[in-house]
This record gives sequence, C-alpha cells and structure tokens, in this order.
Amino acid sequence: MAVIEARGIRKAFGTTMALDGVDLGVEEGRIVGLIGPNGAGKTTALNAILGLTPYQGQLTVLGRDPWTARAQLMRDVAYIADVAVLPRWIRVSQLLDYAGGVHPRFDRDKAEGFLARTAIKHNARVRELSKGMVTQLHLALVMAVDARLLVLDEPTLGLDILYRKRFYDALLNDYFDQSRTILVTTHQVEEIQDVLTDVVFINRGRIVFASSMEQFESRYLEVVVRPDRLAAARALRPIHERQMLGKSILLVEGADREQLAALGEVRKPSLADLFVAVMETQGAPP
Amino acid sequence: MNYGALLWSVRRELWENRSIYLAPLIVAAVIALASFGAVRHNLQPATMASHDAIVAGALMGTTLLVAIFYCLDALYGERRDRSVLFWKSMPVSDWTAVLSKMAVPMIVLPVITFVLTIVTQLIMLLAASAYLSAHGRSAAALWQLPWLQMTSGMLYHLVTVHSLYYAPLFGWLLLVSAWAKRQPFLWAFLPLAAIGVIEKIVFNTTHFAVMLGSRLSGGMDADPAKGSGMMMLWPSHPFEFLTRPGLWIGFALAAICVAIAVRLRRYRDPI
Repeated sequence: MAVIEARGIRKAFGTTMALDGVDLGVEEGRIVGLIGPNGAGKTTALNAILGLTPYQGQLTVLGRDPWTARAQLMRDVAYIADVAVLPRWIRVSQLLDYAGGVHPRFDRDKAEGFLARTAIKHNARVRELSKGMVTQLHLALVMAVDARLLVLDEPTLGLDILYRKRFYDALLNDYFDQSRTILVTTHQVEEIQDVLTDVVFINRGRIVFASSMEQFESRYLEVVVRPDRLAAARALRPIHERQMLGKSILLVEGADREQLAALGEVRKPSLADLFVAVMETQGAPP
Repeated sequence: MNYGALLWSVRRELWENRSIYLAPLIVAAVIALASFGAVRHNLQPATMASHDAIVAGALMGTTLLVAIFYCLDALYGERRDRSVLFWKSMPVSDWTAVLSKMAVPMIVLPVITFVLTIVTQLIMLLAASAYLSAHGRSAAALWQLPWLQMTSGMLYHLVTVHSLYYAPLFGWLLLVSAWAKRQPFLWAFLPLAAIGVIEKIVFNTTHFAVMLGSRLSGGMDADPAKGSGMMMLWPSHPFEFLTRPGLWIGFALAAICVAIAVRLRRYRDPI
C-alpha cells in the first residue's frame, strides 16, 4: 500500500517555486532518502507531507490529506524536523509525561529503555543537554511512537560522526521493520547509502531521479578508464565523466559489466557520484 | 475535541510559564507579611477588611498582568524557538492548542486568584488572631467581618469581569501573538491607540477610547449594586450581566479572534 502519494505538488514562496510539480510515491516498508542541494525543496516537500504547509496539487499520506487532517495524521506519523525543535525549557520527565498524555501510540517504557542507554537524566531540562543528547532524546521519543511513517529532516545535522553512526544503527536495529516506512533527507549522502532501500533526488522543486537501491546498483557502474581506451569508453555515452589522478572515471548507465571490464577497472559507484552526475546534467540551482 | 489532550496542553502551559502561579504567590506573600506588620500597631476590623480588599485587588491586578504577557507570548514564543514544530508533531489539533492557551487567562488564572486570595486572607486572619490572643485581647470582632459577602463578591467579579468580560482582550492578544513576526506587545497595543487617536482627530469623538475604558474597567460602571471603594459585593441581580449586549459582543469578538489565531497557527512558519 502507498504510504505517500503525491501528484503535481506545487508550492510558491513569492515568485520562487519551492515545489514545481512533485510526483512521489512511497510504499510501505521502504527507507527512502530524499536528497538534493540546498534550496532544492527538500524541507518544503517534507513540510507538505507533514501538514505543516499548504500546497497545490494532490497529496495523501496514509490515506489522509495532511493539511486538513494533521492532528489525526500525527497518530501514525512521527517526525524530527530539525535537531533544535525540542522546547528548551522542558524537563525530560515532563516531555515523557506529555507525550504519554497526548499520544495514544506512545510507549513510555520503550522511551525509558532508549534513554537508559544514554547519559540523559530525567530531571534535566533540554537546555542543559548537549546537542547530541538532544538528538538522542528526540530519537528516543519518536522511536517510542508506534508510527507507520517516520520523517527525518537532516536528523544528524551538526552531530559528530560517532553520534551519526549510532543514530542510524539505532534506527535500523531498534526501530525499522517491514510495517514501517522512513523518509529521510540529509546532506551526508554517503552516510545513508547502506541504510536506504530507495533514493529520490530533488532539484529546483522537481524530482529528477527516483530508483530503488537494487535498481541503482544493477544499472549504474563506474569504470576507471585507461587513456588509450577513453574514446571507446565515451562511445558508451557515459552520463558523467570526471578526472582523478590523471585517470578518467566514467559513470555508465545500463552497460554490460564484461564490456566495461575490457576498458578498465569496473567498480560500484556511490550515490554521491550519481548525485553529482545528475545535478551537473540538471544544472545547479539558481 | 479530545479532552485528555486539552488538559495535558493546559498542564504544559503551566510547566512553561511558572509565573502563572509564582507571580501571584509572591505578591500574596509580600502583602500578608506587610499586613501582619501593620496589624500589630492598629488592629481594627476595618483595617483587616481593607487589607483583605487589598489582597483581592492586588492579586487580580497581578494575574491580569500575567495574563496579558502570557497571551502575547503564547503563540509567538513557540514560533520563535521553533518548538512549534515539535508541538505540531504530536496528535494535538491547532484548536486544542489555542483553546488550551485561552483557558489559562479565562479559567486557570481566575481559579488561582480566587484560591490564593482566600488562603492569604485566612492566613492573615489566623496570624492576626494568634497575635491578639498572645497579647490577651479578643479576636472575635475580626471573625465577624462579612467574609461570605466579601468572598462571593470577589468570585462574582472574577468570573464576570476577569474571565468573561476580558475574553475579547485575551482573544485579541492571542491573535497578535500568532500573527506578529516581532514585537507582539507593540502590535497589540499601538493599533488600539492609533484607532483612538485617529477617531479623535477625524471625528473629534472618543467612542473607541470610552468603549475600551469601559471594557477594561469591567463594564460595571453603570451597576448601582457595585460596592464602593475597593469592596466587591455580590450584586442584587447576579445574572443581570448576562443581558448586557457588551458581554455577547465581546464573546463574538473573542470567538473571531480565537478562530483567526487557530488559522494563523496552521499557516505561520517558525520565525
């Protein structure tokens, strides 16, 4: 079943089109990475999905219109909008009390379990916690919600690499299962490559690339071409070419692995490489 | 409407804004101490009664000030610190959120004022009685003051004026709080002053200023049953105020303001 169905979503800020006809379908049980340069429309797209901003076009999330039914939708959707949104005055215990009070799907014991693994004290106020601890706290809260869709907007922004690694480990091991769906945006493409099941690139308010990771891995190959084979390799119409240490690295779509091996060393491209290739053919955002 | 979510939302307002109970508590403590100091010199029942009226008046004034500042920050502060994004991630509707904030000046603060006034008056009475007894004098005259009338009069004034009659004021402040990108205090009061000034210059009348003054004074000026001085009395016709058009016009204005505030909370982005 489709968790998110978007058709022609548009959203303008003044004369700027933040979203310029976004079509997006996300199925249950997927972990989708929404990746794009600054100002591409990532956060606006997430805000529309979460009912935080009005939009034009058709959008249903878990069968509901997020703009008109935000409160009901939030029983089944959890999100972390940004690391800094937990109110700074609140105590950890008050946060747990409040979530337990207003959220029918919040499991306090589960949240306590996550917190027990951290150094966060119950009587501490959010303003007294370090940036990493605030993220851990917020993550403990959202992971204790039995949500069908979890939306994470730059969840690891400003955290050191140790926290970022733990964050995604916890997400995969303690939270994710086939009945849940996760939508995540991040700048750190390489970091989430192994976590994702699907990837979507957004640029200038449009979806410019969407694929499952399986498809991505079987369709795209990178070949490090020796100079004398460059002409032959270019005949395969690579979607991107870059130079590194005097060698040409070509990103090729849908080519035969054997054929490529004759031209040079074949390797798996990273999402970051494909991202750069797609963005360069699209042109950078204004 | 989900009443559990509403109650938790009110509770969270008290967690965030401790001045809701701390400010009146401090004022009550100061007046009680001052009163006890004064009582030692000249202890007449009339003195005691005037001190009681001072307690009631000061606490009402304090909680009105708290209410004004609370309302101005209620929907502004959460956008400024972006915590509104967290509150909106909970299954709590914008109606519930705004109504819980409206409930603080209309219900929570009057209840706190009422309970704290009675408790303070009782403490003052007990302390004065203990002082008199310790000095071998009778405190009986103090206990014969018209306590019931004073308390019921205060309750009447709290419910009719501080809750019901001020509703449009609180609604307006919440609306500005939901709308302003900066300086909600100025946006709340300058337009009102501007309307008064423009009316005076253009039409040479003062209807708006008079209306505003009547609203803030509780619209009770025409009530002959109102006690003199600071004494608030239970009126001879307690439900007469329900027949005043001003009350219902105020409710309508309050409802419009709240509805707009709810809509603004949905549309407005964090600052």
